Amino acid sequence: MTNDVLKVTIERSADVPDVFEVPAFESQTVLDVVSWIQQNADPTLSYRFACRVGMCGSCAMMVNGVPRWTCRTHINKVLDGNEITIGPLRNLPVIKDLAVDMDPFFDKWVSAEGVHHGTLTRVDPIAPVDEDSAARVEANAGIECINCSVCYAACDTVTGNPEYLGPAALQRAWTLLNDAKDEGRVAILDAVSGSGGCHNCHSMGSCTAYCPNDLDPMSAIAGLKRETAKSFFKRGR
Amino acid sequence: MKAASGITSRAHPLWLAYILHRLSGLALALFLPLHLWVLALAMTDPERLDGFLNLTEAGAVKLAEFGLVFLLAVHMFGGLRLMAMEWLPWSTSQKTLAASAAAISFLISLLFFLKAI
Repeated sequence: MTNDVLKVTIERSADVPDVFEVPAFESQTVLDVVSWIQQNADPTLSYRFACRVGMCGSCAMMVNGVPRWTCRTHINKVLDGNEITIGPLRNLPVIKDLAVDMDPFFDKWVSAEGVHHGTLTRVDPIAPVDEDSAARVEANAGIECINCSVCYAACDTVTGNPEYLGPAALQRAWTLLNDAKDEGRVAILDAVSGSGGCHNCHSMGSCTAYCPNDLDPMSAIAGLKRETAKSFFKRGR
Repeated sequence: MKAASGITSRAHPLWLAYILHRLSGLALALFLPLHLWVLALAMTDPERLDGFLNLTEAGAVKLAEFGLVFLLAVHMFGGLRLMAMEWLPWSTSQKTLAASAAAISFLISLLFFLKAI
């Protein structure tokens, strides 16, 4: 890299951008840059992270207008010249600076019936799972979600309709619908076909385009659209 | 800065396919009443209709027709793409599908254009 100083703009709350000069190091992530600012320039800067290896899903932020997991985003990949703009995740209330309130995101996860619907007890034998069945393949496709809310921040439908459950919650519902161990089929289909449900999706595909784990929530939501439609024509609900 | 930060995350093929579908639909919806009104002139005011038909010889109108065919093609293929995506359990290569839909519609509209001039 030719520049040894990065010009970092932090979009703090109330639309007040702060500009910092941060020394450029080799192999620096966006999270490293934010941490450097907090540790060396402005200790009042609030942000959130935990694992730093792309597992916990806490550190997502808007980086040059795109939602990203900052701990696994190399600064060289996103720098615009030697400048970068970092802001809080879109579509969620900002608590302070770069930390957003994730409650709406997690609440919708539950509203979409993204919870286990079991019928067996611990004394029952473990239900067999056929790894090669079509349903299991669908379920496996979505289970690596780390709840980082990048898809939720990328989605314009979420911006336009605060009721909309969003890509992550709906993908979770689709995963459970295809899970042989989950018995919540009717509850899930009811939950995802309401006013904030899967039929709000306009298939813009931003969720799939920006998912850091390369998951495909858009196709999962399309699956829910098919299943809810089938259920409607077969059973009238 | 706020506006710009929203726009960059939309710069990918599926979002562009989405907005193209919406805008072409809107434009066609605005065009249709005008189209039907001109057709209705055949019953109410044939001479005025002939005047309109003579207009189609003008270059600008031919260009507008090209745009119209493009909108129609883009909207039709975009709609087929959406229905395929939502009703057929396809999981991959949707971007390729979106791009080829746009390409085919462009090709068809270009053919009409070449025929017109």
